[in-house]
Amino acid sequence: MAELIPIYYSGKQYLVPEGVTIMGAVEYSGYRLVRGCGCRGGFCGACASVYRVPGDHQIKVGLACQTRVEKGMDIAILPYYPAQKVLYDIKLVKDPKQELQKMYPEMYRCLGCSACTKICPQDLPVMDIIAEAQRGNLAAVAELSFDCVMCGLCASRCLAQMVPYNIAMAARRLYAYFMLPRPDYVGTRIREVEQGVYDQQIDALLEEEQEKLQKLYAERDIEGI
Amino acid sequence: MGYPSHYDQTLNMVKETRAFRNTQEIARLNDAERTELISNFHPDYRPEGMAALRLGSNKGDRVPVELAKALESYSIFNPEDLNLSAPGYTTDILIVGGGGAGCSAALTAHAGGAEVLMVTKLRLGDANTLMAEGGMCSPVRPEDNPYMHFIDTIGGGHYTNVPELVKALVMDGPEIAAWLMELGVMFDYESDGSLKVNHCGGHSRKRMLSCKDLTGLEIMRVLRDELRDRQIPCLEFSPVVDLVLDQNGACRGAVLYNMETSSFIVVQAKAVIMASGGIGRLHIQGFPTTNHYGATADGLVVAYRAGAKMLHMDSIQYHPTGTVWPEQLLGQLITEVMRGHGAHLVNVSGERFINELECRDTCASACIRECSERGNGVFTPTGSEGVWLDTPLIADIKNHFVGIYQRFKKYDIDIQNEPILVYPTQHYQNGGLLITPQAETSLPGLYAAGEVAGGIQGKNRLAGNSLLDIFVYGRRAARRALEANGETAAPEYLTVEHLGKWHAQLSELGVSEERQSPVLLPDYTPKPD
Repeated sequence: MAELIPIYYSGKQYLVPEGVTIMGAVEYSGYRLVRGCGCRGGFCGACASVYRVPGDHQIKVGLACQTRVEKGMDIAILPYYPAQKVLYDIKLVKDPKQELQKMYPEMYRCLGCSACTKICPQDLPVMDIIAEAQRGNLAAVAELSFDCVMCGLCASRCLAQMVPYNIAMAARRLYAYFMLPRPDYVGTRIREVEQGVYDQQIDALLEEEQEKLQKLYAERDIEGI
Repeated sequence: MGYPSHYDQTLNMVKETRAFRNTQEIARLNDAERTELISNFHPDYRPEGMAALRLGSNKGDRVPVELAKALESYSIFNPEDLNLSAPGYTTDILIVGGGGAGCSAALTAHAGGAEVLMVTKLRLGDANTLMAEGGMCSPVRPEDNPYMHFIDTIGGGHYTNVPELVKALVMDGPEIAAWLMELGVMFDYESDGSLKVNHCGGHSRKRMLSCKDLTGLEIMRVLRDELRDRQIPCLEFSPVVDLVLDQNGACRGAVLYNMETSSFIVVQAKAVIMASGGIGRLHIQGFPTTNHYGATADGLVVAYRAGAKMLHMDSIQYHPTGTVWPEQLLGQLITEVMRGHGAHLVNVSGERFINELECRDTCASACIRECSERGNGVFTPTGSEGVWLDTPLIADIKNHFVGIYQRFKKYDIDIQNEPILVYPTQHYQNGGLLITPQAETSLPGLYAAGEVAGGIQGKNRLAGNSLLDIFVYGRRAARRALEANGETAAPEYLTVEHLGKWHAQLSELGVSEERQSPVLLPDYTPKPD
């Protein structure tokens, strides 16, 4: 059995095994989470947590499912954080760069304090992402923000009261819609399917004996790596 | 932290055998060998893990014990106390679940002019979809076609798939890819503007489209953004706990449970699309799972006691390589792309025991055999067992698998130099509610899409096929519900009388009234010994 160490969850002390995650510690303490828990694998951003450790003035953050407890840690799991999102119809957008700037003009109020970058549990350069958004560099915003789990911590710290993750979300969609290629062969294949090009070939297999299918499967040509 | 010091000896053996193993060819198993391995070691074949259902449309069928228990349970409310005369919400189409299937159904139904209400147990988007790393298979390239995808899927499913459902899957694949592009999903491309495609287990063509190693997250973010743009309402933290029927027994709504206020809400609808996901958090046979927190088979439970039929619910997919150590990462997925890149599966003595590119059920069975019958597993300090996934064989690991590299680095394990300890982990529910190619269940008015539906993948799903099937059947369910709704008259009355009948049968079987379902959330608080 691991050594038990004290932690504070929403200000209450519990003794938990050393080495477990914040989520493990909270559940070990008897909580059955409803909010503040999602995929439990570091993808969904439901369990964004803020904490402090003794003797350090800094506020720290992490996903509860990914962050190990430390002795004396004082933890809150964020249940929800309100965010502003501008509604839009991507198909009606004319100029994607201008559109982003029109949607979120508050991005120009960025004070360059870097609180967003410091707090991001995914280690994304949030302030740089906003700077690229100001320049209308959608490709850069899209690439730099790709690992965003939209946990809301940046919005909780922004002095300019922006919601950086929604700005990045819009930028990624606009970038993908306007600037990424659409290979012709996708449309060609869709038309072939609509015209019934594959129906006869596949329908012939629907009632086929397993033996015949096994033979087709065993003899299929496998593309090289 | 790193590995416990008693691993030094086995880690050394893994290191010393590496050069030899790299020259070693391990033949693939033939059909007979594969069948023998699976029937002896796959968890689906453990008699003590299965129970025959004692009531309902699949009475007599074998299903996992944990599911049987959830199905053979009472409703969490007393049906006689429920007021059905004044529903809290009335809508055209009620969509249950906020993952890829539910979201694509909602967008499609809304675009078709229907009034839509989404309900989900956690937040919109909290679902297994969001955790899909690898990608989505779609036969779009000129070198590929739906016929080849059909053969691969049927063969991979050991010929148990419902062929008509596979046809719909592969034929709709290209349209789904285009639909997602039109919504602004950032797929990966080659420099010549063609889609980047990956090879993956069991497919004969490179057809896996990806969004870096976060494909599910990227698609989910876009769908959620679009749902908000279309102002489609969604009730979060309000799972469905039973279905509501009309005078003819057709599904016309559901009872929700607001988990935060502990109150019940009745929703009346012309049609219900069940997209509630899988079963992993019931921890079948005690296995850890890759699934998200809410995957507790609720959709199967409520649909089954309203009379819907299930298919293949004796078949669970175990991913061969779930993490065993550190325990904080227990059950988390190590993508099979690592084996595609050359990582070996190796026992305590540094020996390979299976061709690593066999299908999931075969590799998983081989890992279990190594740890059980052959006694070649590696024990953890807390008594679990695993085999090594020898990652140092992969070139440029930090570039290809940065997420996994960082996850282990936090625990002082450098997967460039040290292997990962793995064991099969529950990953996917192969079976589910029986559906038609139009996503109709056997219960009129109820449609099903995504992991809760069965028959599409047969008894073994190929990688990249579920991320496609959720959208194919989500959209098909919405289209069929839109058509059918035109012919649906207002119900004479709403009822949950099926629950009273269900309860009476349970009572006859001697089931304690304390046994209630759906499970809603797993309980990880410590239990008194």
